[in-house]
Amino acid sequence: MYEKDGEKYFIVDAHSHFWDASRENWKPGREQYAKGWIDCFYGYHQLAPPETHWDYEHYLKVSADDLVQDVFTDGYVDKMILQSTYLKDWYTEGFNTVDKNGSLIEKLGDKVIVNGRFDPREGDAGLRQLEEDAKKWNLKGVKVYTAEWHEGSRGWRLDTPEAYRFLEKCQELGIKNIHAHKGPTIWPLDKDAFDPGDIDAAATDHPELNFIVEHAGIPRIENFCYMAVQEPNVYAGLSVVIGALMHARPKSFAKMMGELLFWVGEDKLTFGSDYNIWTPKWQVEGFVDWQMPDDDAFTDYSKLTAATKKKILGLNAARLYDIPVPAELQLETTAGETGAPGHELVDDTAGAQA
Amino acid sequence: MTAASTETPSAAALPPAEAPPAAADALPRAEALGDAVWRALGTVLDPELDEPITDLDFVESCTVSAEGVATVRVRLPTFFCAPNFSFLMVADAYDAVSAVQGVTRAEVTLADHHASAEINGGVAAQAGFVGSFEGSDQGEAVAELDDLRMQFFQKAALAGQDRVARPLVNAGAGPDELAATNLGDVPPSADLSRMRERRAALGLPHGDDAPLLIDADGNRITSAQVPLHLRRARLQRVGIETNGEYCKGLLAARYPAKAH
Repeated sequence: MYEKDGEKYFIVDAHSHFWDASRENWKPGREQYAKGWIDCFYGYHQLAPPETHWDYEHYLKVSADDLVQDVFTDGYVDKMILQSTYLKDWYTEGFNTVDKNGSLIEKLGDKVIVNGRFDPREGDAGLRQLEEDAKKWNLKGVKVYTAEWHEGSRGWRLDTPEAYRFLEKCQELGIKNIHAHKGPTIWPLDKDAFDPGDIDAAATDHPELNFIVEHAGIPRIENFCYMAVQEPNVYAGLSVVIGALMHARPKSFAKMMGELLFWVGEDKLTFGSDYNIWTPKWQVEGFVDWQMPDDDAFTDYSKLTAATKKKILGLNAARLYDIPVPAELQLETTAGETGAPGHELVDDTAGAQA
Repeated sequence: MTAASTETPSAAALPPAEAPPAAADALPRAEALGDAVWRALGTVLDPELDEPITDLDFVESCTVSAEGVATVRVRLPTFFCAPNFSFLMVADAYDAVSAVQGVTRAEVTLADHHASAEINGGVAAQAGFVGSFEGSDQGEAVAELDDLRMQFFQKAALAGQDRVARPLVNAGAGPDELAATNLGDVPPSADLSRMRERRAALGLPHGDDAPLLIDADGNRITSAQVPLHLRRARLQRVGIETNGEYCKGLLAARYPAKAH
């Protein structure tokens, strides 16, 4: 819980990691990719305020004690949702497996929620593994990473029959939150593989599932926003939006937030620190203090209220994950409801106020 | 291979080629050739960001030997930057530099990238995108990248409508006026020229009598559609410009010594 100026904020960190990018885990013969991956993350890390920067060695792998200190003791987080990203093509034991995340449940109990993952290219064996993981870790969500390399393949799509088998299995297992990320992807090579069109089709065909598009679809926010305005079950994860822009590029951050609030709406945005790309402390403090600038360039964008920030920092994600929120911290939000899409924005009838 | 952009380096700016340079002239001539090569690189766009690679600080080094061999090294913000866009930049740079009068050979390479080997080998062999990735461990390409380039020209042309129209909106122009405005009514600006070029590349109306606000097929936006159309154009512009900010930030973190 974070308190500032008499307002109390319930914090759900809806996109975070507990990774192992240590040299011992770089797969022999694939070291350049394992290093390239974490170096890319370390580049993002530099976009935070300098006083929060870590040295590279520490960044490669934190201990469970470090995590507790950064996230819960210093970072105000009430509930941490850990995502699983395997990348076993490059990391011997996986970059961030569900079992590694699960080890935190043993230490921290219900302060953490562990999300699983699936990859349709793993076929029947993958379906069985998803079932096992769901039972073992009581999964309510999964992370899907369509840019993952797998043997000769360089990625996959969510709108295929193979992927739909897994989405249907998720529904059956009570997994209702699908966090999707278009990564630094390279497949298909000759197409714009960042385009979130496959998420659009999957969301339409699975109205009972929630699709949280991490990083708000960056670098294709326009495609993402057109989709989100039409799909009531599509959400924008603000991981990387806050972390990479709020400090380093404040004007871009303001415009990005203005667009997301207009097209997607405050009930469908969720905070994620992306730990340990960054720590949550400066992001929570900074976002609570942040306001849309007064300059002329931003007059079309709405200001944020304390209620807006409370929803984004925790209450929306709490709804999606059925996380109990103390009554004094609760607010109404339409997150999790199958509301009507923003037809006025789709049909060109939004009127002059748009 | 398609050209780098709709602009080509101006031959008029190049040194005369006829007389062999006297020894005393060699240095100024080499410098002039270096400048011409740099200007040629300035016509090469990052297709996703719609900005010249020279402005983005993606050109790590650029030298021209006394024999006219131009050696250019390109660098990008991350090891995993999309190979298709990376290929376009390296191939376009090769074409643009090769076309400079006085350049006898162009050697353009991409540094520190997961597909450097494929891209550098393919561009040097002028193998095209499909040929460059044939049999590669990085996955294979089934088509060239012209459609991809056009897709991003469309985005750039939409973002351009916000850039050009925004000052008019700020000056009080309403939907009726904006819907009736043609390109010839708008004061000249770099943004207007850039939008005309993107439209021309796409085969969309770009002359003085072309509407300022058009849909993806080139039809004039009606007064009732103006507010939402402008919202879309602005979203597109914010998207492209924010991508650029990410890239600049990551490039500066990756190459701190030379980046600003």
